Amino acid sequence: MDVRHCLLSSAVLVLSVYPTAAIPGQPARVPAVETRSHRGGETPTLDGVRRKGFVQCGVTTGVAGFSAPDAQGQWHGLDVDVCRAIAAAVLGDASKVRFTPLTAAQRFTALQSGEIDVLSRITTITFQRDVQLGIEFPAINWYDGTGFIVRKARHLKSVRDLDGATICLQPGTSNELDVADYFRKNNLRFTPVVIERLEEATNAYFAGRCDAFTQDQSTLAAVRARAPNPDDHVLLPEVISKAPFGPGVMPDDLRWMEIVRWSVYAMIDAEELGLSSRTIDQALASSGDPSVQQFVGTSGSFGQMLGLDSRWAFNIVKQVGNYAESFDRNVRPLGIERGINRLWKNGGIMYVPDVR
Amino acid sequence: MSEPSQAAPRPGRPPRRPPISLRDARTRSVLWQAVAVAIACAIIVLVGIQTAANLKQRGITSGFDYLGRAAGFELPPGPVPYASRDSYARALVLGLANTLRVSLLGILIATALGVAIGVARLSTIWVFATISRLYVELVRNTPLMLQLLFWYALSQALPGPKEALNPLPGVYLCIRGLFLPGLVWHGIHPWVGGGMLGVGVLVPVALAITSDRWETAADESRARRLLAGGAVALVCVAVVLGSGFSVERPSLAVFNFRGGLSVSPEFAALLIGLSTYTAAFIAEIVRGGIVAVGRGQKEAAAALGLSRGRALRLVVLPQALRVIIPPTTSQFLNLAKNSSLAVAIGYSDVMSVTDATLNQTGQAVEAIALAICVYLGMNLIISFAMNLYNARVAAGPAWSQHA
Repeated sequence: MDVRHCLLSSAVLVLSVYPTAAIPGQPARVPAVETRSHRGGETPTLDGVRRKGFVQCGVTTGVAGFSAPDAQGQWHGLDVDVCRAIAAAVLGDASKVRFTPLTAAQRFTALQSGEIDVLSRITTITFQRDVQLGIEFPAINWYDGTGFIVRKARHLKSVRDLDGATICLQPGTSNELDVADYFRKNNLRFTPVVIERLEEATNAYFAGRCDAFTQDQSTLAAVRARAPNPDDHVLLPEVISKAPFGPGVMPDDLRWMEIVRWSVYAMIDAEELGLSSRTIDQALASSGDPSVQQFVGTSGSFGQMLGLDSRWAFNIVKQVGNYAESFDRNVRPLGIERGINRLWKNGGIMYVPDVR
Repeated sequence: MSEPSQAAPRPGRPPRRPPISLRDARTRSVLWQAVAVAIACAIIVLVGIQTAANLKQRGITSGFDYLGRAAGFELPPGPVPYASRDSYARALVLGLANTLRVSLLGILIATALGVAIGVARLSTIWVFATISRLYVELVRNTPLMLQLLFWYALSQALPGPKEALNPLPGVYLCIRGLFLPGLVWHGIHPWVGGGMLGVGVLVPVALAITSDRWETAADESRARRLLAGGAVALVCVAVVLGSGFSVERPSLAVFNFRGGLSVSPEFAALLIGLSTYTAAFIAEIVRGGIVAVGRGQKEAAAALGLSRGRALRLVVLPQALRVIIPPTTSQFLNLAKNSSLAVAIGYSDVMSVTDATLNQTGQAVEAIALAICVYLGMNLIISFAMNLYNARVAAGPAWSQHA
């Protein structure tokens, strides 16, 4: 009888834990919904960044031009500058960034688990990543597309010449899906070799394991620059997909999302306003242009609305530079043309809302 | 429950149990175990609820619905047909088939190699003993990951398809893999097949009818065995030639070798790496097992006039196996789990497909849980099979049971 009683009471114990455990889960969901619906809600990521004193930024394991460490261990690149711009806006110091190198397969889990504050890692914005993964992409900072690098000696003219080829690719990328779709659509066949890390995948291509390597055009240019003999390799002319890149954040902090969005926009707007790291001091002191005054924070209260210092955009441009400066510093040396990533005024598609 | 205590115990009736109380050690033990189980269950339930709540809060879709959706990515060809429009579940099955293929082959090779090296380490021939000792020390004391990368790098040093090595006619070795002639099925040629089959059946029957000419029973049984063997061989030849199998040699197309059989460098590197690594551990287990057999046993075998080889096979190994099998089972399990290092060298095993899936769908919890179940299931089956074998060995050979 006593044993049965013990078992019964332990069962009751388990059952009694169940509903009480369900209750903490319940209210946790309610504020998450509320944060979306009104401003000034919970800002866990922003609070965390202020408390830590730095921005934890997820980047690649090394793609020249976008995020790669130099010989001194300093990270450089177009995506790295997004992280620095956010740090400049929030903390007033572009150097207060810590980087987490992530493979393509690790990146979303790192963001979802809260290991990083922002993912700035040549990440293609897709429906599935936005809707199903629950990641928000507040801005686009580079327009790219899936391409192929091949050996020049092969004399290939088009992707269609790759019928029957072995192609190295990285699992978990949008390129992987683009290639499968494109080959299926055009009734072509290929044998994939699936290698997760970029360095190892490109080494396999250089060694001759594959006839072609597929990635985004910009990455391929970086890969070609790194080749033992860059002139032995060419990029095929076709771009088989659209790939808009942008930083990703979690949706539980609306304010943080806005800060990331406007940090990217500020760099592009600065280029449009003709403000660069060299001219911004003078603009702060003496510009009569109302748009410039609002941008640098001498009039209006845009910084305050964002919960930041009034000099947030000034700090970005002063410490990181405008979009053109970032491009010229990081991407142009690789031999990549600015192409469609020029401002809309100059024939490109870079067209962002103004700070006003 | 309460019974008249004066009732005389009838034969075959269990003795009356003492009343259950907390002072009884058995009762307390049951109680504590129940509490432990309850706490464990409560923790699991709490973690599950919290995880579900967090997933929901972060807007992450959960559930296994994704398994039925089209995966969208291509995988290298494997034992299961698969194309990019097939489901994630199908991709996972291909990954599982790849894992099973490399694990089972790896276990076979590691066992053969490990036993050979373990026996060689005890050899009185200095060269054998030293080489196998060096092998064990070198392989056992370096990380498996490093060895896998070494084997893969070695395969990457091979020439390209146009300059492929051609050691035998129809056999090509290059950076894209090993290409061998394969059998291709074309369908039955009825005349050839039927004719050969007829000969294969009729000739032995005819010979059997005239079989009363044998002198002794021994002669007769030997002749019958010969006849049966001949007939089976003829039928086999008939099936192979008559049915329309043909040998297909690999040939170089624009980019790659087409036709025949092929072994990818990723598979080869993983198989070689896993089996040589595990063989070193198995060699030590085998050596330990043999040394554990008493010297008296070996001396007795020698006194009976058994040669060294027969003494090893008939006396030492059957006893050593009892010591060898349990730790070897662990090595098999390790090999199966280590096959997940395939990710590093681009072999599409369960883990690699899981990685791709969780990154495309973002359903990390479900994908990883599935991978855990797959490895757990696979290892429980290996473990179960080895335990059956161990029980047989531990029971001793058939002759000892009848003794």
